[in-house]
Amino acid sequence: MSSALDITRAVNPPRAAFLDYPLGHTTGKPHEPALQREILWQALEAFTSLTIPGTVKMLPFIWSEDQAWQATAQRGPDDRRPRYDTPQYQTEEDRQRAAAGMPCSA
Amino acid sequence: MPVDYIPRIQEKYAQEGYPAYQWVVNPDPPPWQPLRRPLAECRLGLVASGGIYVTGQVAFHYKDDTSFRVIPTDVKTTDLRATHFAYDLTDARQDPNVVFPIDTLRGLVSEGVIGALAAHAYTCMGGIYSARRVREELAPQLTERLLAERVDAVLFVPV
Repeated sequence: MSSALDITRAVNPPRAAFLDYPLGHTTGKPHEPALQREILWQALEAFTSLTIPGTVKMLPFIWSEDQAWQATAQRGPDDRRPRYDTPQYQTEEDRQRAAAGMPCSA
Repeated sequence: MPVDYIPRIQEKYAQEGYPAYQWVVNPDPPPWQPLRRPLAECRLGLVASGGIYVTGQVAFHYKDDTSFRVIPTDVKTTDLRATHFAYDLTDARQDPNVVFPIDTLRGLVSEGVIGALAAHAYTCMGGIYSARRVREELAPQLTERLLAERVDAVLFVPV
């Protein structure tokens, strides 16, 4: 799957499904399981429906009517974080668990 | 019109003083392997580059991290975490299914749309600056693991 059409066309994988959503939402919107299911079902359908190598299936979903996010993604400020070379934990608790070698769900 | 990420990312790297980024461009027709059996009979693998890890695992770092994490596909969704330098993590941290569709896939298995999931999913960081290191270090290890799990097809979810 992909939410970056130009990069996917450059890489040229055997088959792909493109979802025109902002980065960080390659497989859907948060807490919308019915939509996530429909997106994934249509993407997986490409395994059987695509027959020409290099085809990108365009999924028929849009993020918002005005697609205003696209202008920000194309021209907005660089919001990427610095390239730290140490593990970047979501929470301090995660860091402590990893340091202690605790199994998940402990 | 879809966002043109290639010029956008080139511009960002240039601002950071990186040399011009060498995008992978594969003009030749890609290799082709038809699905060998219906999806409803397939064992599906999942590889995602959104920086997902399970609490207790070492998190990813942001500078050319070519490591990967092995995540059991029966993982508790609430144990999943997201870390990444290049996208807004807000939604992925609230619902990892936006970049790691584990509940969605488990649901499709229950429905009978997919035969089964491989025992493990594999996750990594995106934005690895060296395509060579992805090709030579990361990809062969993932391929070996997926083949050992006897997958029929793999869903890749990049960010």
